[in-house]
Amino acid sequence: MAVNAAGQAASRPRSQDGPDFKPELIQLLTPEGERAEHPDYPLELTAEEIKALYRDLVLVRRIDFEAIALQRQGELGIWASLLGQEAAQVGSGRALQPRDMAFPTYREHGVAWCRGLDPAKLLELFRGVSHGGWDPKAHNIHLYTIVIGAQTLHATGYAMGIQRDGALGEDGEAVIAYFGDGATSQGDVNEAFIWASVNNAPIVFFCQNNQWAISEPLDRQTRIPLYLRAQGFGFPGLRVDGNDVFACLAVTRKALQAAREGQGPTLIEAYTYRMGAHTTTDDPTRYRLSAELESWKLKDPIERVKQYLIRSGLAKEDFFAEISAEADVIGDRVRKACLQMPDRDPLTMFDHIYQEPSPLLAEERAQLASYLSSFAGHADSLAKEGTR
Amino acid sequence: MTTLTISRALNEGLRKAMENDPKVLIMGEDVGKLGGVFRVTDGLAKDFGEDRVIDTPLAESGIVGTAIGLALRGYRPICEIQFDGFVYPAFDQIVSQLAKMAYRSLGKVKLPVVVRIPFGGGIGAVEHHSESPEALFAHTPGLRVVACGDPQDAYAMIQQAVNCDDPVIFFEPKRRYWDKSEVDIAGGLAAAPPIDAARTLVTGDDVTVLCYGPMVRTCIESAAAAAGEDTSVEVIDLRSLSPLDLTTIFTSVRKTGRCVIVHEAPVTGGLGAEIAARITQECFYSLEAPVLRVGGYSIPYPPSRMEEHYLPDLDRVLDAVDRSLSY
Ligand SMILES: Cc1ncc(C[n+]2csc(CCOP(=O)(O)OP(=O)(O)O)c2C)c(N)n1
Ligand SMILES: [Mg+2]
Repeated sequence: MAVNAAGQAASRPRSQDGPDFKPELIQLLTPEGERAEHPDYPLELTAEEIKALYRDLVLVRRIDFEAIALQRQGELGIWASLLGQEAAQVGSGRALQPRDMAFPTYREHGVAWCRGLDPAKLLELFRGVSHGGWDPKAHNIHLYTIVIGAQTLHATGYAMGIQRDGALGEDGEAVIAYFGDGATSQGDVNEAFIWASVNNAPIVFFCQNNQWAISEPLDRQTRIPLYLRAQGFGFPGLRVDGNDVFACLAVTRKALQAAREGQGPTLIEAYTYRMGAHTTTDDPTRYRLSAELESWKLKDPIERVKQYLIRSGLAKEDFFAEISAEADVIGDRVRKACLQMPDRDPLTMFDHIYQEPSPLLAEERAQLASYLSSFAGHADSLAKEGTR
Repeated sequence: MTTLTISRALNEGLRKAMENDPKVLIMGEDVGKLGGVFRVTDGLAKDFGEDRVIDTPLAESGIVGTAIGLALRGYRPICEIQFDGFVYPAFDQIVSQLAKMAYRSLGKVKLPVVVRIPFGGGIGAVEHHSESPEALFAHTPGLRVVACGDPQDAYAMIQQAVNCDDPVIFFEPKRRYWDKSEVDIAGGLAAAPPIDAARTLVTGDDVTVLCYGPMVRTCIESAAAAAGEDTSVEVIDLRSLSPLDLTTIFTSVRKTGRCVIVHEAPVTGGLGAEIAARITQECFYSLEAPVLRVGGYSIPYPPSRMEEHYLPDLDRVLDAVDRSLSY
């Protein structure tokens, strides 16, 4: 039998979707917009709640769209688009209680929206004005983490703190850690699974499997469906239709509640697709087929909610027009916030290194100050930059 | 002579290395079909196959750790770390394993592993994409640490690094990837200076300026500007950061009596400190001024809209040259 250098004998299924295994995909709303039921995840939503989810989905897509445009126009250094992942982020984001804590990657703009973080804060990071700069406590969403997987350990430690504070129980607190399919290969993520497991920590590991880690498809990271990995670590795992906002909401709610009540961690694999480039500097035509993209277009997370609202008579054209108009207003607001964002005084780069500045830092700061003032018109140029 | 960018010159060098030795492998994130985020491995997976140009799982510790295992088995792996700030998950494998195995085995084991790292700022990136961690590795005995500064060196040095039986941490000046100049491909490696030799790029009598990587171009431009004001600056590209080519450095400083060391990395605890100490010790009676350092401040790399104020540039190099001359 032929064996290639990767050691793959022809008879061994290599991909996670081998012939003898069909992973269960939890779904409560089909791509056609039909409501499905699942015995473990009963979900009752009022018309208002469904409309609110629809609004979230549309608005975060609009913010994302605006940010991409701003990057193209040179106003942002880079942008990591959430296109296609709106339902995974809004569904899980709306499952959180205000007291819960979220640990995002760099792509969780939809989660940030649900937590109430001003989108301008995200632009600040991608424009290069700050490294984030928001107070994680203000909306219980931690800073974006760019180093792949690192935040899963922080989230786990935070959850261990909740245990020690005795903040568990029906009205207790829980933590959600976001990460991608690629991140599951990192040591940090696997260590987080172990820590969470042996400590029975109140945490939900929310993996958005968008099928790609930049140019590397899922099969570079795994041979089994990612959610099955949880078993080996000793806690439950499940796969949800990541483009189904109802299902994402239901499974995350349940997992968070289990965590709160002392039942330990859950791994949720939200099965979705990165519809755009990895970031604005990436060119996906170099490594993936457009046919794949086309097939995922049919599973669009927003369109199915719209279809459901129409079919069930819960919303009419005026509602959709109203949301679309609101999206434009928010798009405008985001654009203005970006264009009017002042640059920081270069001397502030010396702030917050330590709680108290060291003599060396004070000296370096003074050096830069005198160096800058040696250039005539420095103040003018700063003022100009501020309005650029 | 062929005109190439640094990115392309590295690509050609890697291609040569792979043609010359079937044991040479490339491994890293997105190095296959994509050809790396800076296109340094562009086309290599297609030409040499995915068994030799390996898109690895997303884990830097795994990349370097398995490269060590492959090297133990007789391969010569070239690891690509996507950005400077992402080498730290592999730090343990590099510092405790890669650097020490020859020593621990009393020379019975050799690890011809190359770890390529695009480094430095100036590209308007978000955090962790603009760092200069070379001193961390230069501080680790057992590693060779080198940096290329132009296409010719990129082409030759990457091949020399692959041929070298020691582990090599190979720094590439990210913001200069698209700088173009002439590369002697036909001449092969015979004409290239050894990988551990510094190179004098501009000769001068008044001040010695030491630099490497992205600062090479900055310092050459500074020397040209200084020449316009009748100051004769000697620019030396260190190339090898560990071990250092101290002979070349001392010879120049004994001639000029003045020295400015330039790097993007923070001055505090940086490579410049090591070099300044050596110069002070060995050239004390030739010095007309204290050795000065130009580099990053003692802060994390700042957000990109402030980076121009953080990074050493022509003005800051000239300012240091003037200060040196004012003693
Ligand atoms: C430790 C580390 N290594 C490499 C990178 C560069 N990088 C940024 S995103 C990315 C792919 C991440 O894929 P995945 O976890 O699936 O998340 P996605 O981007 O698809 O949301 C890589 C390799 C990084 N940010 N951190
Ligand atoms: Mg992914």
